[in-house]
Amino acid sequence: MNPLKKPLNTLLAAAMMATPLLTVSQTALAQSAEEKGLAISKEAKARDEGWGDMQAEMKMVLRNRQGQESTREIRMKSLEVKGDGDKSLTMFDKPRDVKGTNFLSFSHAVGADDQWLYLPALKRVKRIASRNKSGPFMGSEFAYEDLSSFEIEKYTYKYIKDEGCSDGLNCFVVEQYPVDKNSGYTRRQVWMDDQEYRIWKVEFYDRKDSRLKTLEFSGYKQYLDKYWRADLQQVVNHQTGKSTDLIWSNYRFQTGLQDKDFNKNTLKRAR
Amino acid sequence: MRHNNLHNNLHNNLRKRSHNRLHRRLGTILLAVTLAALPGLAQAEVNELELSGKVTAELRAFTQDAQFSGQDQDSNLSFSVEPEFYWEWNDGLDSLTFTPFLRIDEHDDERSHGDIRELSWIHVGDDWELRTGIRKVFWGVTEFQHLVDVINQTDNVEDFDGEDKLGQLMVNLSLVRDWGIVDLFLLPGFRERTFPGADGRLRSGLVVDTNRARYQSGAGDKHLDAAVRWSHSVDVYDLGAYWFHGTNRDPILTPVNRNGSLVLSPFYEQMDQFGVDVQATVDSWLWKFEAIWRDSDSDEFLAAQGGFEYTFYGLKDSAADLGVLLEYGWDERDERGGISQNDLFMGGRLTLNDAESSELLAGISHDLDHDSTSLLVEASRRVGDNWKISLDGRFFSSDTPVDPGYAFRQDDHLQLTVERYF
Repeated sequence: MNPLKKPLNTLLAAAMMATPLLTVSQTALAQSAEEKGLAISKEAKARDEGWGDMQAEMKMVLRNRQGQESTREIRMKSLEVKGDGDKSLTMFDKPRDVKGTNFLSFSHAVGADDQWLYLPALKRVKRIASRNKSGPFMGSEFAYEDLSSFEIEKYTYKYIKDEGCSDGLNCFVVEQYPVDKNSGYTRRQVWMDDQEYRIWKVEFYDRKDSRLKTLEFSGYKQYLDKYWRADLQQVVNHQTGKSTDLIWSNYRFQTGLQDKDFNKNTLKRAR
Repeated sequence: MRHNNLHNNLHNNLRKRSHNRLHRRLGTILLAVTLAALPGLAQAEVNELELSGKVTAELRAFTQDAQFSGQDQDSNLSFSVEPEFYWEWNDGLDSLTFTPFLRIDEHDDERSHGDIRELSWIHVGDDWELRTGIRKVFWGVTEFQHLVDVINQTDNVEDFDGEDKLGQLMVNLSLVRDWGIVDLFLLPGFRERTFPGADGRLRSGLVVDTNRARYQSGAGDKHLDAAVRWSHSVDVYDLGAYWFHGTNRDPILTPVNRNGSLVLSPFYEQMDQFGVDVQATVDSWLWKFEAIWRDSDSDEFLAAQGGFEYTFYGLKDSAADLGVLLEYGWDERDERGGISQNDLFMGGRLTLNDAESSELLAGISHDLDHDSTSLLVEASRRVGDNWKISLDGRFFSSDTPVDPGYAFRQDDHLQLTVERYF
């Protein structure tokens, strides 16, 4: 069954009540690729709402072209904010020279995020510019923008096609075009299954619109009978041959985090 | 006599400093903090214990002969260790941090020193937290000078840039409100500023005799200081304002005769200080401003530091960022003791954002009145998972004897630092 059917039917019913038949058929039948792309993305976002708060640990393994590895270890706390971007607190454990460094972010659906960094050697909290979306996160192949929360307003959309993807699932292929002029991408092509709206693959195209990197998700587990999270995200940079594995562990949802757990005092104190 | 070997230095200093000042202080504070934390410790078992820290080797090579007698060294080797012990219990609502610090210096007895950077207990309440013990607190936004940063004394033997601080005993109640964070401080006891000894380079012509410190307050270094600070983030602005009452961290240095030779004697006045700091973070711009008004018996003045930091992200479509900094410092005191009375600061920070976190920093400070200049260049990168290496060059030029930088004019040096983190 096509999961799009439900929102489409709802749309159809609503439209029928309000408008003459002719307009209805235009809305329902002549849904453009842009509208379909947006509808799919909205459904994916809607299905992931209501998780409240989340904590997890993550390990990154960076590999250069020669296969040399270095690792990063990070812990994260996030709070869902209704009607805006999430709040998050990130604690760095490895490499050891950055241990104790903490990062506080209030992301916003529209406009610049608010971000502060705590530098433990100086005991200093520094507000930093959030303009740096395209830069590498801790020297990895993940950019800051790849790790920020997904908000509908951050992109415009276009449905491309249906295509088979992981384990015989059928995926929607949707292109996302960043609204922010500071994004490092012209577009992202996203493979999302039509059953649970989980992302399986993302292809990134750089500012010159050449294929930059591929991100693949695996090891999906469902939490609270609703929210799907992948244990492993692997990104390969096709232009440099470098890659990064992002391994998530110890996902915990609805642990009771509140607004008061995300301020400059907790930023300084968090371990 | 001047050429004590490292072993003797170490021995002397451990005896002189650790056993006297440090030990006594450590004992009292340990007892106080342990007593304060005991109820919590007794209730819940300690379920987190962490050890981390770093060991550092530092080699300085001076490119010119020393200016003052006693400083006869062309290079200096130094080691330091700074472990951090951390415990938490009650689901992290209580925690204890202990960070001792020890440096051994090849030549300068005064630079071989120990300190407790932190020995503090934090208890977290619903919208407040209480921080008790020896701690470090940083206030401010600018990069080249930290005018408003007043709580901790400068550990001046560590480096001449004033970035290193001594631990300060305090009780700090922090209240989180919708309209900002209010921090209340009681600061029992005062830390004297450290100064290089006769054998050390990067010092003034006359040696500061720290055994001759004098105080305006009858309580001496036991005066109870107090401070209150409000800070808040509103839209793109980060704001702070505070009042401090207590012992001035900056001593007045006066020449006195000691056994027929002149030394400087530090005199610590009482002061009131108001300070404000503002940062506006707009797109790639960080606009920064700090100002203080200080009132003591000997002087009353205003001083300010302001400027910006602009970052070019993704230089030429690479991963590298280039930050450009410009700041100006003004001090009403002019020649009466203001160091940055009419000074211009320029800097650049190149970060490659590679796996090794390679970075290149350069900063120039220029005194517009005295036409003196100092240049600092610093390159650093990580090696493997646990090592960090940096090479610094520091160069001074000054032709005006009244300029504070004049004493450093023959102390140009390269500094190699190797850090091992654990």
